[in-house]
Amino acid sequence: MQYTLAHLKRGEQAIITDVSSNHIPLKLLEMGCLPGNVVELVQLAPFQDPMYLNINGSHLAIRKETAIHILIEKVVHE
Amino acid sequence: MSKQINVALIGNPNTGKTSVFNALTGLNQKVGNYPGITVEKKEGVCKLPRGVKAHIIDLPGTYSLNASSLDENVVIELLLNKTDKDFPDIAVVVSDVENLKRNLLLFTQIKDLEIPTLLVINMADRMHYKGISLDIDYLEKHLKTKIALISTRKKLGIEDLKNLISHYKDLPVTPCLHASEIDKAYFDSLRKAFPNQLLYKLWLVITQDVNFGKTDRNEIEAVANFKTKSKTDLKRLQQKETIKRYQFINNVLKQGQTIDASQAKDLRTKLDRVLTHKVWGYLIFFVILLTIFQAIYDWSSVPMDFIDTAFASLSEWAKSQLPNGAFTNLLAEGIIPGLGGIVIFIPQIAFLFLFISVLEESGYMSRVVFLMDRVMRRFGLSGKSVVPLISGTACAIPAIMATRNIESWKERLITILVTPFTTCSARLPVYLIIISLVIPDGRFFGLGYQALTLMLLYLIGFGAAVFSAYLLNKILKIKSRTFFVVEMPNYKLPLLKNVALTVVEKTKSFVYGAGKIILAISIILWFLASYGPGDNFNNAENIIKTEYASQNITDDELQQKIASHKLEHSFIGLTGRSIEPAIRPLGYDWKIGIAIVSSFAAREVFVGTLATIYSVGSDDEATIKNRMAAEVNPILGGPLFTFASGISLLLFYAFAMQCMSTLAIVKRETNSWKWPLLQLGIMSSFAYIIALIAFQILK
Repeated sequence: MQYTLAHLKRGEQAIITDVSSNHIPLKLLEMGCLPGNVVELVQLAPFQDPMYLNINGSHLAIRKETAIHILIEKVVHE
Repeated sequence: MSKQINVALIGNPNTGKTSVFNALTGLNQKVGNYPGITVEKKEGVCKLPRGVKAHIIDLPGTYSLNASSLDENVVIELLLNKTDKDFPDIAVVVSDVENLKRNLLLFTQIKDLEIPTLLVINMADRMHYKGISLDIDYLEKHLKTKIALISTRKKLGIEDLKNLISHYKDLPVTPCLHASEIDKAYFDSLRKAFPNQLLYKLWLVITQDVNFGKTDRNEIEAVANFKTKSKTDLKRLQQKETIKRYQFINNVLKQGQTIDASQAKDLRTKLDRVLTHKVWGYLIFFVILLTIFQAIYDWSSVPMDFIDTAFASLSEWAKSQLPNGAFTNLLAEGIIPGLGGIVIFIPQIAFLFLFISVLEESGYMSRVVFLMDRVMRRFGLSGKSVVPLISGTACAIPAIMATRNIESWKERLITILVTPFTTCSARLPVYLIIISLVIPDGRFFGLGYQALTLMLLYLIGFGAAVFSAYLLNKILKIKSRTFFVVEMPNYKLPLLKNVALTVVEKTKSFVYGAGKIILAISIILWFLASYGPGDNFNNAENIIKTEYASQNITDDELQQKIASHKLEHSFIGLTGRSIEPAIRPLGYDWKIGIAIVSSFAAREVFVGTLATIYSVGSDDEATIKNRMAAEVNPILGGPLFTFASGISLLLFYAFAMQCMSTLAIVKRETNSWKWPLLQLGIMSSFAYIIALIAFQILK
């Protein structure tokens, strides 16, 4: 199954594999939301929205509607 | 004369750029506006070693040179306009040691403009908390710059920074990477078409709207029309550029920076666990708001009483010491009470700005944005609307400007339209004086009734804002893409100097701005109240004397009667009388009517106006409050300011759009008269109806 950022649970880490460029503002890329970078879900607001993320050391919050356009690969901790 | 150089401070938001600016300039700074737009322009002067003077501009915070708001546009416009008088001799890029990677993106872009660029790495004192170490020599070599490692909090490295700035001529002006490699063919054709221009400048002009000064406009306009690529292609290229820059930065930092995560002590995680918690987060936010309002009330009551009495005695003193005449009267009855009406609110306004700036500086405001986004979206607003709505409690004007970082136009427009409902500091004077007249003293669970009433008025303001946003969201048919990105900065203990400078600056501009209007209006009012047409005014003394000739009244009472007869038949009295039928159902007399009309320009004028009207012709030394308490309802008898008329007035001011400056700013930000006029019409008629209902029910 193809995971997106919206599937991430609190405290989980993942690697960004692709960003659907038509739906993602340039500003988000500039803040580090790029393929290859590690992303961690720090906190969720009620109703799982917005999402408070740590992307590559940058802390930021985005809405779920944006998060579904960011593809990820989950990092499994043994 | 010593040489003056232009220094531009540039950086991402939350890097402590303003702290650097404050550390360099201290009190030698002024805040104005960029010509023609409402973006705040902060500039100051700093003495550098070897007699060099630096003119420093603190540019708005931005994440990159790809501007997405008016504020960010200011940055690229200055950097691209070589002929601008402020064009920097040196660009100082301020970064934060914990977010170096992200901060360097902007740095590499500025390097491409071939301006001498210095890199400041701020918050160096936090390095060991985070286990970060830097190889400065390596970084300087590969970033082709000089680095100033500083801490504005610990006041470290500021002298080094000044020294480096003064040696700006030694800084290399070569770019640190070749961004044009992302599409060689395209950039080659661009270079061929405009051989005299800087390639990166051309690229910025093509990808965004830049306004240029007259001199280089012609050539540049041709560039902007150089369209060989579609919008989507350009956007894709911008993304490629960003990726390319990050590759470069990652490579440099791999060598130049080591982070030992095991050393990191994470206060952020602990605080976030509580402050953004699903339950505690909201509870804490509510308690913070409650504390703020109680504090504004409690802390400022002593200085306010003091100012009130001081102005009353100053007025009295002027009357007794200066020779009798029109000028003395104007001073003692017009200007001094009018100014007193504004000076008295300095304590409260200062406290309000203090709290707002602490919330912003500490990083807490972003958590509120995060917590509130979902709730606000239900009403067609954005989490970012919380910041305008909260800073709207200080003043709607900066609040409306603060909507610029809301990405969606619909959410932004709705925020602009509803922000004037929030209780701005100009409403405070009106609220406070009326509350003190009609709401009894007393406490309820340790909270004063009066403070609770004030809190309630704030809630009504927010409620009206949110409710009208809900309606607007249903009515307005605007399609706009919504993006929402908000940085969650690290928690910081606010720097005293930053907070103090903000409070002083904002309070000053509020007092001067409002003071000018109030001074002018109180002079006009005094004239209108001191002169009148016809026999009734000019012969007031004889008329009253004849009328009361048979009755046995004291001299004092007689003088009082003459004065009020005069006032009633003065120009202002006649005007007030003519509008009285419209406002009587709301429980007001013509004097309040005049105050409402004159406060159309700005709400706080209300108190000044009443102060002026009530002091004309009265001799005794009394505070504004006592004079208002003594007013008698002309029809019903008894005090004019009763619970019913007081509540009606409070509600009127809660909803009415009594502020010309706000209308002007809404016009500018929405670029149309349609929205401000709509605001004016709807808010004022709503206020009238609610006040009418309230008075009719309560009386």
